[in-house]
Amino acid sequence: MEVEQTALPGIGLRHDFTTRKGQRVGVISHRTGRRDLVIYDKEDPDAVCHMVKLNDEEADALAELLGAPRIVARLNQLHQQVEGLVSVQLPIPADSPYADRPMGDARVRTRTSASIVAIVRAGQVFASPGPGFVFSVGDVVVVVGSEDSTSEVAGILANG
Amino acid sequence: MHETAVIFLEFGAVLLGLGILGALALRVGISPIPLYLIAGLAFGTGGVLPLATSEEFISVGAELGVVLLLLTLGLEYNADELVTSLTSNARAGLVDLVLNAAPGAICALLLGWGPVAAVAMAGVTYATSSGITAKVLSDLGWIGNRETPTVLSLLVFEDLTMAIYLPVLTTMLAGLSLLSGAMAVGIALLTVSVVLVVALRFGRFIEAFVSSPNSEVLLLKVVGLALLVAGLAQQLQVSAAVGAFLVGIALSGELAEDAQSLLAPLRDLFAAVFFVFFGLQTDPAKILPVAGLAALLALVSMITKLLTGAYAARRAGIAKAGQARAGIALIPRGEFNIVIAGLAVGAGVHPDLGALAAAYVLILAAFGPLAAKLVQPLITAIAKRA
Repeated sequence: MEVEQTALPGIGLRHDFTTRKGQRVGVISHRTGRRDLVIYDKEDPDAVCHMVKLNDEEADALAELLGAPRIVARLNQLHQQVEGLVSVQLPIPADSPYADRPMGDARVRTRTSASIVAIVRAGQVFASPGPGFVFSVGDVVVVVGSEDSTSEVAGILANG
Repeated sequence: MHETAVIFLEFGAVLLGLGILGALALRVGISPIPLYLIAGLAFGTGGVLPLATSEEFISVGAELGVVLLLLTLGLEYNADELVTSLTSNARAGLVDLVLNAAPGAICALLLGWGPVAAVAMAGVTYATSSGITAKVLSDLGWIGNRETPTVLSLLVFEDLTMAIYLPVLTTMLAGLSLLSGAMAVGIALLTVSVVLVVALRFGRFIEAFVSSPNSEVLLLKVVGLALLVAGLAQQLQVSAAVGAFLVGIALSGELAEDAQSLLAPLRDLFAAVFFVFFGLQTDPAKILPVAGLAALLALVSMITKLLTGAYAARRAGIAKAGQARAGIALIPRGEFNIVIAGLAVGAGVHPDLGALAAAYVLILAAFGPLAAKLVQPLITAIAKRA
């Protein structure tokens, strides 16, 4: 996915991209802090057909709803508060023995005492996944635990 | 009556009248500029209610209005944006200049007004009103459109052209010899480049000097600096307006935003005074004879702006409907056309120039935004069919 960035002299910046289904969407970042979420017309691809004006707070709220990085940021905040607790993001590599297998098969908590708190897949966050959640290649697994236990999880996900 | 009392009475009545006209414009959804001009016509010589004593006071206010208009315009852009648009959009910018300066210049030459008037009229038809266009773009929700960066960078290009054009015009209006004229232009070019370099490289230092957490201090520093540089520029025959514009460009970032919001009310007040003053100087009886000519000039220069927009947008890979929108967004003329005409009228270039420019801007400032609104459904229909 390619996000295009365009300067709007006197106004601010525009970022836009086309979704897999062919819908062009963008965000206009005004210098004043206002954010516009814009949806482009399918018949007239240069024209905006819907615009949602967002103030700072609303834009933050929307970003939080959409954004995986937010959850990670919160976890980082958490482990700053609790000494010895770390959160790491581990990808499921293509050759992982647990790709396309349910999470329960890896028995992560039993073997390492670390916890899988979320899975990020294609920008979408699945918080507190159950043992039936099936991993697929490219998933990012968010693990919380001690320094040692989280690195053990990395080993399990990569090599079994 | 005491003179101060008369000035207050007249000035107060004028401002109150403008306020009411502004409310009217807001309701109809057009730019208030044409209404301000009409108000000026009514108060001026030969008008319905000629002012007795406050004209001198208003003329100083008008000069301040020009400085503030250009200062806030400069604040909108930073030096980076100017340089980028100059390098990436130079070709479309030149097409814009040639196509849209031509109608005014040719018109003045055909009327036999002479070369100086031709240069002034070229400026009157060339510059799109960035203020009105910005409002059209935001009112119609076109800011996110893919042709909009093209439109905006054309506006930036025009404003930069103004920084060179205004000194040239000022020199010609002053009737200086070729040598001193060339020198003034040289000084202007030098000043513009020096300011751009300073703003790009050392903008932080200027900002450190000007910036203040106290809005009162900030306001005084920015206005003071702008007026000082404007006066200096005027003394060097570079035009006060350009001096103020350059100060605006040199300031950027958060400081520029703060200054902009502080200056906005001041600018609105004095810019309104400026439009009235221009109307004051124009005899309404002279408008009617040139109305037909103004309408023709407006029509021609609407077409040339449409062509400019279509050309620039097509170069940027925009489809037909977007090309049309880019052209339409560029149609409105307003403040700078009047600033230019005001300079020419002040120098007494030709008795009819003020009336023609006033009628011309009246038409395009009012019709430009309206055209955009009326044409939008048509464009959508075209896009759907294609």
